[in-house]
Amino acid sequence: MANMLANIFGSSPVKPLEKHIDIAYQCAKQLHPFFKASVAGDWEKAGKAREEISRLEHEADNLKKDIRIRLPKSLFMPVPRQDLLELLLVQDKIANRTKDVSGIVIGRKMQIPAEIAEQFLEFVDRNIDAAKQARKSVRELDELFTAGFKGAEVDLVEGLIEELDRIETDTDDKQADLRHALFEIEKSLDPIDAVFMYKVIELTGEIADMAERVGRRLELLLSH
Amino acid sequence: MDQGTVYITLAALFGIFMAWGIGANDVANAMATSVGSKALTIKQAIIVAAIFEFLGAVLAGGEVTDTVRKGIVDTSLPGFTPQLLVYGMLAALLAAGTWLFIASRNGWPVSTTHSIVGAIVGFAAVGVGIDAVHWGKVGEIVMSWVISPLTAGFIAYLIYQSVQRLILSQEDPLSKAKRYVPVYIFLAAFTITLVTILKGLKHVDFATEISLRDSYLLAIGIAMAIALIGAFFIQRIEADPKAEKREHFITVERVFGILMIVTACGMAFAHGSNDVANAIGPLAAVVAVAQNGAISATATLPTWVLVLGGAGIVIGLATFGRHVIATVGKNITHLTPSRGFAAELAAATTIVIASGTGMPVSTTHTLVGAVLGVGLARGIDAIDLRVVARIFVSWVVTIPVGAFLAIVFFFFFRAVLP
Repeated sequence: MANMLANIFGSSPVKPLEKHIDIAYQCAKQLHPFFKASVAGDWEKAGKAREEISRLEHEADNLKKDIRIRLPKSLFMPVPRQDLLELLLVQDKIANRTKDVSGIVIGRKMQIPAEIAEQFLEFVDRNIDAAKQARKSVRELDELFTAGFKGAEVDLVEGLIEELDRIETDTDDKQADLRHALFEIEKSLDPIDAVFMYKVIELTGEIADMAERVGRRLELLLSH
Repeated sequence: MDQGTVYITLAALFGIFMAWGIGANDVANAMATSVGSKALTIKQAIIVAAIFEFLGAVLAGGEVTDTVRKGIVDTSLPGFTPQLLVYGMLAALLAAGTWLFIASRNGWPVSTTHSIVGAIVGFAAVGVGIDAVHWGKVGEIVMSWVISPLTAGFIAYLIYQSVQRLILSQEDPLSKAKRYVPVYIFLAAFTITLVTILKGLKHVDFATEISLRDSYLLAIGIAMAIALIGAFFIQRIEADPKAEKREHFITVERVFGILMIVTACGMAFAHGSNDVANAIGPLAAVVAVAQNGAISATATLPTWVLVLGGAGIVIGLATFGRHVIATVGKNITHLTPSRGFAAELAAATTIVIASGTGMPVSTTHTLVGAVLGVGLARGIDAIDLRVVARIFVSWVVTIPVGAFLAIVFFFFFRAVLP
């Protein structure tokens, strides 16, 4: 009898979703020490950062599976279940891309060309900023639930998402500049290294892309 | 020891057993939203419940008790001897108490009200005769079982919508909360006080006749006093900028926390007023028969019976209820005060009105209806619809089970008792 009232409440997905984006961000944040060490040629340090990235990505994956299990179809929520699951999926991709790009670099012990190293590190940081902004936006989820997805809170979150868009556009510009800079020096590089460098730039840029998609998904929730 | 005393003693024992069960299990549901949302600690919840359950039982429980003790069975039937009524009521009490015990042991959701009504209808229809039941009244009661959760849900929906519009979605929710929450406190206190004064007090021996106009004035006066006290405590709540960075609404919820203390008292009061009848109604019937030697349809309800019921509930709450409240409260942690109060106020108002009109309703189901109402207003993160389905199933199962057990005990008593 006591159970009747207690069991009516299904487990809320809000806090787990906020935790998940936090883990994804922590994972992406590791790219800063990782690339700094790689540029300096300190592969031991880079290796440690890579381990941390791997661990966090694994943690995010487990949390993602856990959240999915706790969201049966029989749950009645203020927003569609599918929208929350898709938000979760795209959050997870931030961690996945981080793991992918760090995997390639450490696997080849890739040497980032000195001419573009500084520019590249700035590019990495800007992508991490995008991930941070995505985290900030998703962390407003429980306030959105409280405010019933209307009013002042919605305006606040829309502002955060707009900022996220700006950061992502910034990374796009930086990415174009980087590719151009690489193009200038590509003849002086080993051909295979050059190709992989383009790949690394592309993969790193996808972190901001995924962050922006998180913003898009959140916007869809707001429109309900 | 003469027959009458034996019957009264037995009925009192069973009645107290039932009241104890209600206190131990049911009260937890009434207080769950307050404890879960951390508006009250468990200790505070028990004290609040003890005081207000008792007050509710005594001041407002009379009308429903009357329905249970003489509204359901038609004692004018020729074959309906006083003895049969006594056996039947004893059987009903024992049946409901037993079913309550079994169900709590197994963690099944069960309504004390459905059990006792099912039991009474059972023994009367089968033990005495189909015509021994006021089927019209029973029909009304069943209707009230459908209407009360729906009404509570509707009211909760409206209340929570208003909270969202007026406070939560506003630019500065804290100042809006400080402005409007005292109004909610006033409304809560006013409604419950008014219904009690108008309907409940007539069964209390020492209450004098109060005119309609005076009733409204008294209710307004009491409600204003409570609202002012509440406003005083609300003013003292300061915004905590550091905590607000993590969770914007944390201070707003604290303001609602004060409101929840009022609604928790109201809920305990409402629960006491409606559920005491489940234990005391049959007892009162037995007492009336034993004292007069015959079934008298006009016998008044003695106040000491209500007091006994209230006391039984409090004892049950104090001994076993603590553990149950802790368990339930642990599982409802994400029900914040702003949502909890909407559900609680809606449920309390509905139940008190039901008590006023003499309808025995299921307090738990009414509360569930209210929670669903808040959920429809998009106030609850996740509601498990499978559990809601399970509640409907138990709803249907309890009535025949209660009836069956009552019939069995009835024939047993008829054979065994003098």
